[in-house]
Amino acid sequence: MPEITRDEVAHLADLARIDLSDAELDHLAPQLNVILESVASISRVAGDDVPPTSHAIPLTNVFRDDVVVPGLTAEQALSGAPAHEQQRFAVPRILGDEQ
Amino acid sequence: MSAPDWTRRTAADLAGALAAGEVTSVELTQAHLDRIGAVDGAVHAFLHVDPEGALAQADDADEYRRAGTPRSALDGVPIAVKDVLATRGLPTTCGSKILEGWVPPYDATVVARLRAAGLPILGKTNMDEFAMGSSTEHSAYGPTHNPWDLTRIPGGSGGGSAAAVAAFEAPLAIGTDTGGSIRQPAAVTGTIGVKPTYGGVSRYGLVALASSLDQAGPVTRTVLDAALLHEVIGGHDPLDSTSVDQPLPGLAEAARLGATGDLSGVTIGVVTELGGDGPQDGGWQAGVLARFQESVELMVAAGAEVVEVSCPHFVHALAAYYLILPAEASSNLAKFDAMRYGLRVLPPGVESPSAEEVMRATRDAGFGDEVKRRIILGTYALSSGYYDAYYGQAQKVRTLITRDFEAAFTKADVLVSPTAPTTAFKLGEKLDDPLAMYLNDLATIPANLAGVPGISVPSGLAVEDGLPTGVQILAPALADDRVYRVGAALEALLANKWGGALIAQAPELDGAPA
Amino acid sequence: MTELLSLEEALEKFDPALGLEVHVELNTASKMFCGCRTEFGAEPNTQVCPTCLGLPGAMPVVNRVAVESAMRIGLALNCEIAEWCRFARKNYFYPDMPKNFQTSQYDEPIAFEGYLDVMVENGDGEPEVFRVEIERAHMEEDTGKSLHVQRSGRSGRIQGADYSLVDYNRAGIPLIEIVTKPIRGARERAPEIAKAYVSQLREMIVALAVSDARMDQGSIRADVNLSLSPAGDGALGTRTETKNVNSLRSVERAVVYEMRRHAAILDGGGSILQETRHWHEDTGVTTSGREKSDAEDYRYFPEPDLVPVAPSRAWVEELRATLPEPPRVRRSRLQADWGFSDLEMRDTVGAGAVGLVEETVAAGASAQAARKWWLSDLARRANDAGVEITALGVTPAQVAQVQRLVDDGSLNDKLARQVFDGVLAGEGSPAEVVAARNLAIVSDDGALGAAVDNAIAANPDVADKIRDGKLAAAGALIGAVMKEMRGQADAGRVRELILEKLG
Repeated sequence: MPEITRDEVAHLADLARIDLSDAELDHLAPQLNVILESVASISRVAGDDVPPTSHAIPLTNVFRDDVVVPGLTAEQALSGAPAHEQQRFAVPRILGDEQ
Repeated sequence: MSAPDWTRRTAADLAGALAAGEVTSVELTQAHLDRIGAVDGAVHAFLHVDPEGALAQADDADEYRRAGTPRSALDGVPIAVKDVLATRGLPTTCGSKILEGWVPPYDATVVARLRAAGLPILGKTNMDEFAMGSSTEHSAYGPTHNPWDLTRIPGGSGGGSAAAVAAFEAPLAIGTDTGGSIRQPAAVTGTIGVKPTYGGVSRYGLVALASSLDQAGPVTRTVLDAALLHEVIGGHDPLDSTSVDQPLPGLAEAARLGATGDLSGVTIGVVTELGGDGPQDGGWQAGVLARFQESVELMVAAGAEVVEVSCPHFVHALAAYYLILPAEASSNLAKFDAMRYGLRVLPPGVESPSAEEVMRATRDAGFGDEVKRRIILGTYALSSGYYDAYYGQAQKVRTLITRDFEAAFTKADVLVSPTAPTTAFKLGEKLDDPLAMYLNDLATIPANLAGVPGISVPSGLAVEDGLPTGVQILAPALADDRVYRVGAALEALLANKWGGALIAQAPELDGAPA
Repeated sequence: MTELLSLEEALEKFDPALGLEVHVELNTASKMFCGCRTEFGAEPNTQVCPTCLGLPGAMPVVNRVAVESAMRIGLALNCEIAEWCRFARKNYFYPDMPKNFQTSQYDEPIAFEGYLDVMVENGDGEPEVFRVEIERAHMEEDTGKSLHVQRSGRSGRIQGADYSLVDYNRAGIPLIEIVTKPIRGARERAPEIAKAYVSQLREMIVALAVSDARMDQGSIRADVNLSLSPAGDGALGTRTETKNVNSLRSVERAVVYEMRRHAAILDGGGSILQETRHWHEDTGVTTSGREKSDAEDYRYFPEPDLVPVAPSRAWVEELRATLPEPPRVRRSRLQADWGFSDLEMRDTVGAGAVGLVEETVAAGASAQAARKWWLSDLARRANDAGVEITALGVTPAQVAQVQRLVDDGSLNDKLARQVFDGVLAGEGSPAEVVAARNLAIVSDDGALGAAVDNAIAANPDVADKIRDGKLAAAGALIGAVMKEMRGQADAGRVRELILEKLG
């Protein structure tokens, strides 16, 4: 298993939108390596013939009918918002593009 | 003798007393609120207590009882709910600063079912932040103390629910179990904890840690109480796509059958890899293993047949778990971004910060170290180039573990092991050693990976430290009734041996130092 | 602004490869994963619930009709339907996406490997079928909508905004994303093929009745991928993905623009940056958006809150039986019914007016009359207004009414155009416009006779010529009469009256 570098941790923190401090980065990289080392054995356990399990209890085709059910009022929806205006969630300016 | 202390009674007893008109729900609820007032300063099992709401619900319950139309067997019996379940009108923080002050506008299905069945909700219990931890020390609101020894951890993540029940602050509680968070706290606090079959209890409104592993379940002081509570909260929910659309087996019935103490015809499998072959790697505390052996011998004496089963892939369960859980958690916890609810932190010294900058600052300030550690680990496990090696491989190991269970269940009706490798450790002892902390879940994790049900039943006190130990009983998926039957039998056999329930031996808390 | 190469020069040096990603918003009553309403234009945040708001603990449940619509779209595109597929989480942070992941499908789409045969013109101007290969059609959910606000009170663009206001009514509405394989060999027809594909895909969606199919409201949204490779070179070049291409005309224009822009950069020795670009309808250019880099890592994994979709073959066949007539078959049938030439039919298809003509004929007009109105006068008006012809604001029923008035002699073509002016100005139905504007042809011979007399009196020379048998001169008198009658006369009747009086 490759070592995970401090720079990589910084990149992961960026992907995860967490503003880690330098001290946190210093601390986290070695910790992650210890954890990754302990889980490294996993790559040798199962061969190609073993299918992955994403759900413990296999179900398929669980659907709901296309029926409208009452949801929240705008007031309820906005009740936890740090800020709102014009019945909308007020958020700081958005920099990037939509996907 | 003063008036009866309702807080010492089991939920089944309380229900009987309510039905017989010996007590009202308001009285019961008030008694538990008083107990919380008296001891929770020392235990800190609750993050939020709701006297008004609980008493109002108790009042309703009394009305139904008076009208002769109780809504369930437990109508009027109060309960505590882990703070990871959404409760309409009641704060829900998941033990995290990032959700401080959030009051959900909706109820989790489990909570809705509790309300519909008439169980007054006393409050919300403490937990490791977002259920990440085995000691409740990762709560952003301070740790919970083990009622058996206030200098020790109550287990985790659901230490608050277990401690509340162990400290007689609530007769019943709801926990959630992703890798052992119901069963391990039960083991170290001398209480009962059940992780139902995955899909057996709705996850709708349970703030997800790892969606494919999480399961809510009962935390109680007796096996019968757990069964009664399980019957209230369990069963199909159309709001949870992973909910199993089948009627629950008769759980209380199974518990009552087991309480006769007869285990003839039942085959019990001792899992070699879960402490079954002794303290080989040093991780298993001798006193824990000794109590486990004693329990097995009691069950044999009660007519059970014992076989040794090997589940060779269980040794990889911890590794698979610590890849699957962080991966799913990293995605589940992305929604906490300061935009729609919860904490919003502005980065210091930035004029007119962008949404992106506010997200980063909030997530750094609002999440604790363990949460950040797992989010970063999970982000890594899912990132391109590593997915197959980590998440993909872990999912394959899950298949192998499920096959191990299937093979084992052809030889035994239930599998048994110690629930946790050690008794409760000291607060702070493992806080800076994540790996040592993770090892607490060694025996409980395989059940989550395979979705099978499990119970932890107190097995006595370890000789070294006089602290509670637990036995875990696992059954095949959807055969939750088996864990109740065998659990109740073991409970009865041990009570017979001890001359009462283990919890009765817990030290008196009143006047304990905070 | 970027220097562009001419399209001719671009094609001389490079081969274009097109790719189209079309998002179709389904018209289900409720959202993809929850029971919230999906009405367009509702008050903000009134069509939301814990699930589509991404509240902690809430969970998704799949809408059966959305799955069926996805399969019907797949079948209509000649796709295979997966026997087993899953939803996956596409993880990225964006304020209008409540969970900060989009529930989508990744490597297991519900439909894959299909094609759509679109009708275009070949090099000789003859109609021809061009097969667009479909890679996949998959299910996903829409995002919320942001309003970007400046403290000065203006709102609009994302750049320079001080903050944004988010409405999650649209979040969770079911989307089907239809992705083509790279379309190669289109050469100079690339813009036309892109437009024809989107137009005919839209036509198919309308026939399936699975979406409102309104490009102007965003219920069909196209992303245009384009790359160029040196002429004759087999390898695909670096592509750009142009978003916001929300009209058929824009699809064509955006392809042309990007071909010229790529060609200019490549020709100048530069290289294309793999990026997202935005189309600007008003200026007709694309501008750079987000760079697509390795840093963009969506960390897809199977959605653990949902279970796999495994449509039985019986279910698939049941849905196949509900499919409408395939567009090609339908076009052949309509062409025969209407008696159109290949050229007429191709123009009708090209104008996106097949459905309009069909409805106009159903409302009583002849096919030729319907075609004439939609493809000439009304097409011109739509073009001038910069809208799709379907969004012009004149209905097939109104066109049929106008034509009926022409047929019974109440209107002539010139007057009919004035009636359309009135309809478009919101003056009411054609009959109301005729009445209000007093546009009907005067058939009262008394009034006409007087006008004819006036014209003869004012043009004695012309009258003499006609009396001498030079009937061609009648045109001048007819013109004078029509002028006096402000066009509200039947020219044929005027001629008859003139000849009567001078005969």
